This record gives sequence, C-alpha cells and structure tokens, in this order.
Amino acid sequence: MSAPSANREEAVLQEESFSLWEDAWRRLIQNRLALGGLVFFVIMAALCFSSPVIAWLTGLSYQEQDLALGATSPSLSHWFGTDDLGRDQLIRCLYGGMVSIGVGFAATCVSIVIGVAYGSIAGYGGRKTDAAMMRIVDILYSLPFIIFVILLTVYFGRNIFLLFVAIGCVEWLTLSRIVRGQVLHLKVQQFVEVARTLGSKEKDIILKHLFPNVLGPVIIYSTLTVPGVMLLESALSFLGLGVQPPMSSWGSLIKEGAEKMEVYPWLLILPALLFSTTLFSLNFLGDGLRDALDPKDSPK
Amino acid sequence: MKKSGFFAGIIFLILLGLAVGCGSKLKDVERAQREGILLRGNNTEPETLDPHVATGVPENQIISSLIEGLIAYHPSDDTAIEFGMAERFETNAAGDVYTFHLRDAKWTNGDAVTARDFEYSYRRMLTPELGAEYVSMLFVIKNAQRYYESRVQPKPGEQPLPWEEVGLKVLDEKTLEITLTGPMPHFPLMLKHYSWFPVNPRNIEAHGGMTNRDGRWFAVGNFVGNGPFRLKTWRTNQILEVEKNPDYWDAENVKLNGIRFFPVESVDTERRMFEAGQLHLTGNVPLHEIPIYREKSPHLIRTDPYLGTYFYRVNLTREGPMRDVRVRRALALSIDRASLIDNVLKGGQTPAHYFVPRGIPGYTPKDYLRFDPSEARRLMAEAGYPEGRDFPVLEILYNTREEHKTIAETIQQMWRQTLGIDLRLHNQEWKVYLDAQSNFEYDIARAGWIGDFVDPYTFLEMFTTGNGNNDTGWSNERYDALIARSIRTGQTSTRFALLEEAESILMEELPIIPIYIYTNTILLHPAVKNWNPKLLDNRNMKYIYLEEVPPQPRASKLY
Amino acid sequence: MFRFILIRLLQLVPVLLVIITLTFALVRSVPGGPFSAERKVSEHVLEKLNEHYGLNDPLYLQYFNYLKNICPKKLNLPALADFDLKEGLGIDLGPSFRYEGRTVNELIAESFPVSFELGAYALLLALLIGIPAGTLAALKKNTLLDYIPMSSAMMGICLPSFVLGPLFALVFGLWLDWFPVSGWQAPGGFSWADDLPYKILPALTLGIFYAAGLARLTRGGMLEVLNQDYIRTARAKGLSSFTVTVKHALRAGLLPVISYFGPVVAGVLSGSFIIEMIFQIPGLGRHFINAANNRDYTLVLGTVLFYATLIILLNLIVDIILVLMNPKLKFEK
Repeated sequence: MSAPSANREEAVLQEESFSLWEDAWRRLIQNRLALGGLVFFVIMAALCFSSPVIAWLTGLSYQEQDLALGATSPSLSHWFGTDDLGRDQLIRCLYGGMVSIGVGFAATCVSIVIGVAYGSIAGYGGRKTDAAMMRIVDILYSLPFIIFVILLTVYFGRNIFLLFVAIGCVEWLTLSRIVRGQVLHLKVQQFVEVARTLGSKEKDIILKHLFPNVLGPVIIYSTLTVPGVMLLESALSFLGLGVQPPMSSWGSLIKEGAEKMEVYPWLLILPALLFSTTLFSLNFLGDGLRDALDPKDSPK
Repeated sequence: MKKSGFFAGIIFLILLGLAVGCGSKLKDVERAQREGILLRGNNTEPETLDPHVATGVPENQIISSLIEGLIAYHPSDDTAIEFGMAERFETNAAGDVYTFHLRDAKWTNGDAVTARDFEYSYRRMLTPELGAEYVSMLFVIKNAQRYYESRVQPKPGEQPLPWEEVGLKVLDEKTLEITLTGPMPHFPLMLKHYSWFPVNPRNIEAHGGMTNRDGRWFAVGNFVGNGPFRLKTWRTNQILEVEKNPDYWDAENVKLNGIRFFPVESVDTERRMFEAGQLHLTGNVPLHEIPIYREKSPHLIRTDPYLGTYFYRVNLTREGPMRDVRVRRALALSIDRASLIDNVLKGGQTPAHYFVPRGIPGYTPKDYLRFDPSEARRLMAEAGYPEGRDFPVLEILYNTREEHKTIAETIQQMWRQTLGIDLRLHNQEWKVYLDAQSNFEYDIARAGWIGDFVDPYTFLEMFTTGNGNNDTGWSNERYDALIARSIRTGQTSTRFALLEEAESILMEELPIIPIYIYTNTILLHPAVKNWNPKLLDNRNMKYIYLEEVPPQPRASKLY
Repeated sequence: MFRFILIRLLQLVPVLLVIITLTFALVRSVPGGPFSAERKVSEHVLEKLNEHYGLNDPLYLQYFNYLKNICPKKLNLPALADFDLKEGLGIDLGPSFRYEGRTVNELIAESFPVSFELGAYALLLALLIGIPAGTLAALKKNTLLDYIPMSSAMMGICLPSFVLGPLFALVFGLWLDWFPVSGWQAPGGFSWADDLPYKILPALTLGIFYAAGLARLTRGGMLEVLNQDYIRTARAKGLSSFTVTVKHALRAGLLPVISYFGPVVAGVLSGSFIIEMIFQIPGLGRHFINAANNRDYTLVLGTVLFYATLIILLNLIVDIILVLMNPKLKFEK
C-alpha cells in the first residue's frame, strides 16, 4: 500500500469519527433527561469548585468553629445547619463536593483508561495473552487492599496523587473483566468477521467495531464506579490517605452523618441529597451518552 | 419476568410476616431478667482468657468473673480490701512480709485451692518462656526481678537465680508468705490485678505445661477456674457466656445465674442493641448521643469517674519550636478545656489541669495549668513567635477515631485562634500510629493512659528516662530520682509527697499536654442493681443483681 | 472443555503462589507488629513472643515453613465438607497471633459458613430483584416502568451500606420493632426459623446494593442486544415477545452481568466488614479487616488465600458460562 492512499484512508477515518461524535452530540442534546443531567451536573460542579470564592464572599469557613453554637438545624443564617463543632454545613458540603467530584472523576478516568485498554487487549489477544492477563487480575483482586493502602501512606506520605493510584488500582479490575467478556463476545460476531474478510486493519476493527460496542457497558459500569470511588475516598482518608480533616468530602460527611442520623438528621440528609442528585444527573447523562453513542441506533 | 418479581414479593411478605410475629415476643433483656442473666456489651472479642497473658479491659471483665485472686474487687470502693481466696492476712512490723491465709475453696475440677497453686501461678508468670506482658507487676516480690532477668539476659558469669531465692514461701497448704522488695502498704490493692490471679496447675500441666501458650486450657470444656462463674459457651465475635459456679466458696451470695458478654466493636451498634432491649449495659456511649440521653432518659445513662488521662505527647527529639518550654506552655495554656468538655465531649469529664487524675485517697494534685490566652500569647511572643509569625507547620498525629478527630479539630482551632499558629492534622491507622510514636516520627501525638491500680505511681513512672512508654524523649534527672525514691518509701504520705513533687516537675516542663480526665459513660438498664461508681471500672460480678422492673420505653421513641 | 478446566485449575497453583508471596511481603513490610500495643511490651517479652510464634527465624525460612504448612497433603472429603482444612486437605494455616488458642483454620471454618449464608440470601435477593427489574426497564425503555426501577436502583447505589444498615436498623428494628437490630442467632433459639429474623436486615442491606448494580447492568446489556439484527429478525419471524426476551435477548444481554458477577459473588460470600460490624455478625469479613488492623499475619494470609481461591474458582465458572452462552466462542483454539 502506498503512502498517499494510507493518508487518504486516515482522512476518511477522521472525517467519519468526527461526524460520529458530532452526531452523538446532536442526539445527546436532543435527549431531554440527558441534557437536564448535564446542566445540573455542570451547575453543581461549578458551585462546588467555586467554594473557596463562596467562602470568601460569605465569610463562612469550612474549619471555623463555634463550639458554643454546636449543632443546629437548618436556619436562615446557616442554610444547611451546623455540625456539632458549630461549623457551617453548607460550605462544608460545597468543599466536600469539590473533593469528591474531583476524586471521583479523576479516579474513574484512571480506572476506565486502564480497564478498557487492559480488557480489550486480553479479550482481543490470543488465548495465552488472555490467560496471563486475567490471572494477573485475579491476583490483584485477592491482595489485601487495606495493607496496600497503609503501605502507600507509610512510604509515600499523604500525597493526593497516591489517592488516585490506590483507587485506580482496584477500580479497573472489574471493568477490565467486563470489557474483556464483551470483546470476547464481539470478536466472533458476524459484523466483525465480515469486516475482517473485507480486509479491514486490526486497528480499524478495534476502533470502529469493537470500541463503540463496549462503550455501553463501560459507561454504565462507570456510573456505578463514580459513587463507589467517592465513598472509597472516605474509607481511605480513614486509613490516613488523601484528604485530612478539617477538610471535608461528601464521603466523610455522609459517614459522619450516618453515625449521627438519629440526633442530627440534617447532617446526613443534606450531603446525601447533594451526593445522590449529582449521581442521578450523572447517571442520566451516562444513559444519554450510551444511547447517543450506540452505533446500532445511528441512522444509516 | 413479572412472575419472578411477583414471587420475590411473596417471599418478602412471608419473611415480613414471620418477623412481625417474632416481634411480639419478650425482649431479650426481659427474658434474661427472668432467667437472672446479665447481657453485657464487652467491646471486642477477648484475645485470651489466660490471666497471665491477658492485657486488655474486655479480657479482664470476663476473667475476673471466672477466677478469683487473693484479694478481689470490692463492690464499691477500689481502695478497700475485699477478701477473695485469702481469708485474712497479716504483715510484719517492717511492712515488707505479708502472710496470707487461704480459705477453703475449690477449683471447678474439684481440686482444693492451695498456697501451692499461687506459688505455681507466680512462678509461671515469672518464667520468661511464657512471655507474660505484665510480668513487671510481680517485680515487687523480693528477687522476682532477678529471677526473671537472670534467665532473660544474664550478666556475664551470672547463674540463673534458683526459685527458692524468690520471696515466696508456702508455709502450709493454706498459708502463703510473700516477701517484698520493701515496705509497701498498697500491696494488697495491687493483688486485685489479674496478673496476680491463680491458675489450676493440674489443668495447665494437662494442656501443654506451664509455659505453653497454645491456649487449649481455657477452651470451653477445659477451663478450670475458682471464681463465682464458670465458662459455658464461647463463639468468636458473637458471644461468650458464663454461668453461676455452684462450687464457688460463696456461691449462695452470687446473685446472677449467668452473664452473656457480647463483643460489640461498634459503639453505634451497641447503643442500638441497648435500645432494642438486647443488652443490659454497654461499654460506651457515642459522643453525640450523650446529651440526648441526659435530657430525655437520664435514668438510663451513667457517668462515673475513671482513673485515666487524655493528653498530647510532644516530641522533644525533633529540632524546632517544641523544644522551647515556653512554646509548650503556651500551647497548654491556650486550650479551653472547659469549653471542649462542655461543647464537644459532653461526658462530664474534668479539665486536666494536672496529669494524675483526682480521686486517689491521700493524693490531691494542684492545678498546674489553666486557660490563659493572654499569658499564652505573651509566652509565644517571648519565644519569638509573636502572633504565630514564623511558626513552622507542625502536625498533630492521632489514630483514626471519630472522637480523636473531633478533639484534634477543636484544639487545632483553639491554637489557631489564640496563638495564630496553624497545625495540620494527621490521622493514621492504629498500629502505624503506635509505630510512629515509638520511633519519634511525630510532632504532637494524642495519647491516653489508664491506671493499673489506684496509685499515682502508675501514671508518673512512665515519664522516667528511657521508659518504654515515655515516647517523648523527655529526661529529667531530678524526676527520675524522685520516682526511684518513692518506691523505696513505705510511708504512704512521704511517698505521695515525692510523687507530687515529681508531678510538679512534669507540669513545669510539659513534655506532655494534659487535656482531660476520663469519665466512664455507659448506658445501664434500670434492672441492673449494685452497679456502683468505681475508679477503675473493675466489677466483682457476684454482687451485681437484676431486679424486676416494668418494661422500659425507648429513648428513640421519645424524640 | 475438560482440558480447559484442567488447565485453569493447574493455573491456580502458580497464581496462588504469587498471591501468597506478595501478601507475605506486604504484611511483613507494613509497620507495627502483632504485639505492638499502646502499653508497650518489654523487649524481653517481645523477644519471647516472637520466638514462640517463630517470628525470630529469618524471613525466608518463615516463608518456606508457611508454604510447607499450607501445601495440601491429603484429600478427605467428609472432613472437607465441614470446612476442616486440616483434616480435609492437610492444610495448616497456623495459629492466630491475636486470638490466642485459636487457629486460623478454626476461625475460617467457624466464620465462613456465616458469611456464606448471609451472602447467599443477599445474592438471591439481588438476582430476584435486579435482573427482572433491569429486563423490564429495558423492554419498556423510557416509560415509567423504566424510570421507577432505575431511579430506585440509583438510590440503592448512592446509599452506601454504612448509611443503609443503620437506617434499616433504626426504622425496622427500633421504630417498627419488626426485627432485632443485631446478632446472628437467637439466644436460646434452636431452629432456622428462630434465627431468621436476625438475618433479614443484613441480607437486605447487602443485597440491595448488588440488586441495584445488577439492574443497571442488565438494562444496559439488554438494550444493547434488543437492537441487534438477530433479535429484530426473531421478532419479525413472529416469535412471542417472552420467548425472544428469555431465549435470545437475555442470553446475550446478561454477558456484562456475568462478568461483573464473578468477583461480586466472591466478595459477597466472603463477607462484608461493614455489614458484619453494623449487625454484629460473626463472619469472615470481620476477620479479614481486623486481621489486617491487628497485624495478625497468619490470619491475614489465611483469609487472603481463602478469598483468592474462591475468587479464582468463581471467575473460572464465569468464564465457562461466558463460553457456554456464546456458542461461537470455543474453549480450545
């Protein structure tokens, strides 16, 4: 094959994928639920990430205590109430959102990248590759995570980067198994075999046929991963990794709220509400994305 | 598809009906009340039931109901003598030889309890191969330390000391003579500690011998004790049950028919169990629940004084501002302990303006500290950090627990407000935290200490130079000398004067910052009687009894 | 197929060996030992304790001794059925360092059936709720029958067990007084029915999370498949909607579910620390975490080994099912 023709082919490919994404985007914003999810999520993220500004504007602080005030239920001066150290719960929720959304996204992205790449290679590669790679996954599944995390904190200190390493290290495992199962299934399907007999390159088969088809389960599993990761963050900070008090995160706020739910119910309900509405919006967005990207739905 | 959903619904409804049917039965506590069985939350799964190897409070609660020492726990007063296996004792004029006369008592295997059993038990404790953690408790016996150390790390040319040299003599089957290193009026009180409990030699020998640690001897079916109760069932992480021992010498005065110990690690679960009528008493109360109980059902909550201090250690081996005593003093003076207790801890604790808790008869520490922000600021300025300027970022280390976190957050805030310094919080998993503390890898670390017996010595001894529990790097010759002199003094008042002087040095130098004196707050069912306030929370379970009371309304229904 | 299974079972050996080696290295490099405590043990005592548990030997020797002890030496099926690994296979996982007088074999044999029972209830619940709900949602996409189950599923995922558990205990245990708030067996109870009320809340708490996950994955998988040509063809051929759903669509639609299920089953059956803590259940999950916290080396290794075997076997089963459900995929090349 001569060079120019290869270039032309690439150009065509690029054009195709461009229109694929454009198409998907068009369909995504037509889906009202997905659009609503997107808008809600953007607003929530914007609010959380501007929490330092909000703190500065309102004079509230996530660490400033008022011991004499103690825990109070929501009121005009403290919309979300205060916690038992008299700290404003609203600003703590916003700061917590910044941490949780940040960690949730970064760690989920890490796990998607590793999981999808690993799973597709294992699924698409030969039997031996598959066996070796999946046994490695088995091994990683079985190792005592808690000890691994303690070791990380001991030898590398409390680096926020480590948090992603630790979470990314576990969260990609199940994903890689799902992707691999999917790829194993797809690679013997008719349309793939047809493409192969027609002489498509492996790269194209993977990118054009396999990848769009595994995207669905990946997106859905990711919407399961994000809440898991956000909660894992609070468990890790318990072991001394990552965010430390008095800084908050949704996970740690919910955890504390759960302990005190009978006495100070607002300490659980409000952060849990923020947490779940955000996840709901993400979830609608995810479903919309899945539908939008579904190659079988695309108008031929 | 709809079908299986339907079936799931049906199954769920059946289960629900079943459960509702069960709900109408008597509550566990009410049934247990009729059977005379106490249901007790006991924190964690006991690591062992061997009194010579045990180290923890949950173990002590169980062991002391199964085995009785020469002196037993008094029902209400930790400084009073309650005769156990000893009927009486006398001392010589110098006060360093104690002669104990044993009463007629039996082990659960039928053997009589004899002076030889005690000799065997103490020999077992002092044999290094056993690896008894509390061996040093017995070093008050003459030559006991030499006996032990000549076997562990013999000095060059030193022969192991023969057992006969140790100050223990079996005068006859029922008479035991103990010779001490010096006069020691509080010796009988020390005997309440489980390291002085006897074990049954025949049983120990039948299960691997004196120094065997595989623990077969205390399994259900093998256990031999001499206490008011005997071991009935034991399921790991679930339940340990003891029943009344009919062969106990004072069996007629044992009022309970049995005790069930539940190893409930989560305080929230424990509280729910209490609320649901599954426990008569808990070991703890979650911080945030205390005010609610105080207000809504004060008859269910009990706060007793406790012989323990919560404090912060300061690492003096690290270069930096903490080496300056003025800085340490400023930190100690800028903690508003009263506010911390009233607003955060809420358990009626006492502000620790001293280190040794009050309540030890004859020992009344002065208030060495107070809350004094202006003096604290002055000291900081004098040390070269006016308004906290140029103060490096140090860390407060604590082990992960809600309570420690909240306290650290509060104190961090108090220091920031008063002194203008910003410390970071650092939590670590329990064993990592212990390791960091012993390796001096910290700036300020949270710590707590509970007395082994009612005496200031158990608090002050640990800050002597090189003591394994010092962990601050602090060393003071005068302090060491005072502590050493106190052991050699037989007169209680002189001894306490020496210890008080030592404490004043400690509070002058402040290698530690005392925060509060513990209290023991528990939830207690009104049916439980004779549960008296005790400084060490050691219970002689034979005095506890249950009284029929009307079913209790739940606190949770009250809000 | 037998060759496939045999090969996979043979792979178990090196995989377990790697796991043991790595775990051994991990737990030995973590700071703090089994005997470190707030009130420090004197050096001599520590020395004696280490000697007693063989911790003074060189590390490689301890490692090889451990390997020697856990090597299966015999096969005695009746004993194995009672989870007696020592009599059944000759595997000796050693004494627990924390729980004096108890061996790791005993602790696992005692606690695994508990976790297994609880896990089985939870999985049953998850399957009975999750798969029908997910299928229904996919079939009735973008209707109320889709939104309601899927929103509830999302709630199930957003409410972690440390919220759901106490909440259930509070509502069904304390307020409504339907179930006991904690425990595993009725004191003085003898029959399965006496104990059952104790198991409902924990099973519900554990099951709901997985039901939610299953529902979402099933819906996604089904949607993926329902659009495929062969389903359309089947529909066009006039096959009833039920046959199409069950025989054709569900089969392929469950693929991601099945891949997800292997590790989940292993995780569920070997116990959940949080739920066992909240409901005071004497299961394996508590040992799993407590052993790590207490640096109970042998218990850590024992539970990891046990869990690893479980997970590998379950992943094997999953792989077999994946192949069986996909006739074009073969065991052999």
